[in-house]
Amino acid sequence: MNPILTFRIAFKALYSNKLRTILTMLGIIIGVAAVIAMLSIGNGAKYLVEQRIESLGTNAVFIWPGHRRGRNRGSEGNEARLTVDDWKAVDRLPEVANSSPMIFSYGDLVVGNRNWSCSIYGITPAFFEQKNWKIAEGRFFNTREIQSATNVVVLGSEARQELVGASSIVGQTIRIKKLPFKVIGVMEEKGSSGHGTRDNAVFIPYSTLMKKVDRRDTIHYLSLSARSREEVKSLEKIAIDFLNQRYNVEDPENGGFGAFNQAEASEKADESTKIFSRLLGGIASISLVVGGIGIMNIMLVSVTERTREIGIRMAVGARGRDILSQFLVEAVALSVAGGALGILLGYGLCRLIAGFAGWPPIMSLDSIVLAFGTSAFIGVFFGFYPALSAARMDPIEALRHE
Amino acid sequence: MSNLVELRGITRVYRSAGGVEVRAVKGIDMAIKAGEFIAIMGPSGSGKSTAMNTLGCLDRPTTGSYLLDGQEVAEMSRDQRAKIRNQKLGFVFQGFNLLARTTALENVELPLLYKGVRSSKERRSRAMEALASVGLAKRSHHVPSQMSGGEQQRVAIARALVTDPVLILADEPTGNLDTKTSDEVMELFESLHQQGQTIILVTHEPDIALKCRRIILFRDGLIIGDGKPADVLDTIAKGVIS
Repeated sequence: MNPILTFRIAFKALYSNKLRTILTMLGIIIGVAAVIAMLSIGNGAKYLVEQRIESLGTNAVFIWPGHRRGRNRGSEGNEARLTVDDWKAVDRLPEVANSSPMIFSYGDLVVGNRNWSCSIYGITPAFFEQKNWKIAEGRFFNTREIQSATNVVVLGSEARQELVGASSIVGQTIRIKKLPFKVIGVMEEKGSSGHGTRDNAVFIPYSTLMKKVDRRDTIHYLSLSARSREEVKSLEKIAIDFLNQRYNVEDPENGGFGAFNQAEASEKADESTKIFSRLLGGIASISLVVGGIGIMNIMLVSVTERTREIGIRMAVGARGRDILSQFLVEAVALSVAGGALGILLGYGLCRLIAGFAGWPPIMSLDSIVLAFGTSAFIGVFFGFYPALSAARMDPIEALRHE
Repeated sequence: MSNLVELRGITRVYRSAGGVEVRAVKGIDMAIKAGEFIAIMGPSGSGKSTAMNTLGCLDRPTTGSYLLDGQEVAEMSRDQRAKIRNQKLGFVFQGFNLLARTTALENVELPLLYKGVRSSKERRSRAMEALASVGLAKRSHHVPSQMSGGEQQRVAIARALVTDPVLILADEPTGNLDTKTSDEVMELFESLHQQGQTIILVTHEPDIALKCRRIILFRDGLIIGDGKPADVLDTIAKGVIS
C-alpha cells in the first residue's frame, strides 16, 4: 500500500486514542530529555575543565630538578639542580618560544599597620605572557628591572584586598619580608585554580627574590612555552634531554629532571570528562530503553484490544504487511514525536541546569541526532514484535474476537 | 455461461489443541452462477460457516478446488487471498464490524485504501456513491456509535459494494436487527440482486431465506439440500416432522 495512506491510517489510529498516545510518548519524552540534559551536563563540565586548563597556559611545560621514582627515592647521588645559567641555556634552545624561571617563597607583607602572609613568586614577565594573565592596574615589571634586581612588586587581587581594601595602592611602598618594595601593578582577579589561589600571591622579579629576599642560587621550576600545542611534548623531551646531558645524569629516572605539560594534563582531563559524559549518557539511555519497553507494552495491549479492527481490515483486503506497517508506523510515530518533545524538554532542562551551574547551555547537535535516532530506532525495535503479531493474526479468529 | 463460483470436493479439517481432528466440511461441491441470490442454511456445526470462510477466501480448504471468477483460489497465499477479498469480494457481518471512532465515509473508503486508490478525491467520490446507493449519503460524517443498527449494517453493505465485487457474502446480516430493519436490509439486498449482483447469505431464519432465489442446506459437513426456497424449506419441515 502507498506509504502516505499507511501514515494516514496510523495517525488516525493514534489521534482517536489521544490519552493512550500521550502516556505512551511520555516514556520516550523523559528518556530523550534525560539523555540530552545529561550530555549537556557532560559538555558543560568539559567546558569548565577546559577553561581552567586554558588559564594555566596550554603550551606550557614545567621542569623541575631532582625527579625520582621508585625505591631509590631520597637516596643521595649526583643530584640535578636548576640554576639561572641552566635557564639561560634552555632559553636559547630553538624550540622554546619563551621561558621563565620560577621560585616560590612565602612571607609577610606589611603596609602601615596591616600585615598579611602569602606566596611570593619570583618570575619574569614571560611568565605572565605564558599564562595570559592580565593586569588590572599599573604594569608588569620589565626586563631592565629583572636585570637590575629592582624591588618592584605586582600584587594578586586578594593580597591587595587584604592589605588596603579597595583603596589605591599602585605607586606606594610595601614591605615584603622586611624589605621595601614599590607596588607597580595589581593583577586581575582570577578566581580559584584548584589548590591555593593565584589571587592570594605577589609577584616579584626572580632576580630580586634570589639575590635580596631569599639569598639562594637555585631555582625551583622552569616554565617553558612551546611554539604551538603540537610541539609541547617534543619540547618537554628536548628540554629534559638537554638538562640531563648538561648534568651528566646517568639514570634520568633517579635524580634527573622532571616535567609536566598542560597539553597532556588537558588530554587526561578531556578523557575523564568524556568518561563522565558517557556515564551520564549511559544512565540516561536506560530511561530511554525503559521508555521503549513502555511503547512495546502499549503496542501489545493495543494490538490485542484492536484484534477485531485487524480482522476487519484483513477482511476488506489488508495484507499482512499492510497491518505490519500500520502498527510499525504507529510505534515509530509515537517514539519520534516523543523524541521531538523530549528534545524540547531536554533543551529547557539544559538551560535550567546551565543557569545553576554557571556554564553556557551547550546542547550539541550530536546529542540531538543521537537522541532522535535512538528514539526512532526504539520505535522500530520495540514496535516490531507487536506489529508482527498483529500481521500474523488469522482473519477468522480476529473477526470472532470480542 | 460459466459458473462464477465452483467448489469441487472441498474438505476442511481442523486440528484442535488436543490433537483431535475435526472434519468441519466433509466434501462439498457447489456451482453458483453470476447474478444468483442464495441463502445458506443449516444448524450450527453443520459446516456452513466453514464453507462461508472458504467462499470468502478467509480460510483455505484442506483439499479440493475453488474456482472464483475463473481463478483457482484454493492454493493461494495469504497475500493473494487478501487481494482477492479486496477486489472480488464484499463482506457483510452479523455484528456490522465497522471501525469505531471512524466516520461512515472513512469506513466505506477503507477497502479502497487497501486497493491502493491513491487519489483521495476518487476514494471519497466512490465511497459517497456507495453510501448514496444504500440511502445514507446524509449520514456520511457520522461515526457508528451515532447510528442505528440498521444504518450501521447499510454502511457495512456500502463498504462491501464500494469495490464493485463479483460476490457479496453476508453472514447472518439480519441476526442483530429487529424485523422492520431486517426487512429494510433484505429489500436492499433484493434491489442489489435486481441490479445483477451475486449475493450469498447465511441465515437461520426461514423468512429471510424465502426472500432468496435458492437455498443450500448444510448438515454435518455436507450439503443435503439445494434448490428453490419453497422446496428446500419443505424438505426441512418434513425432516422435522419425521
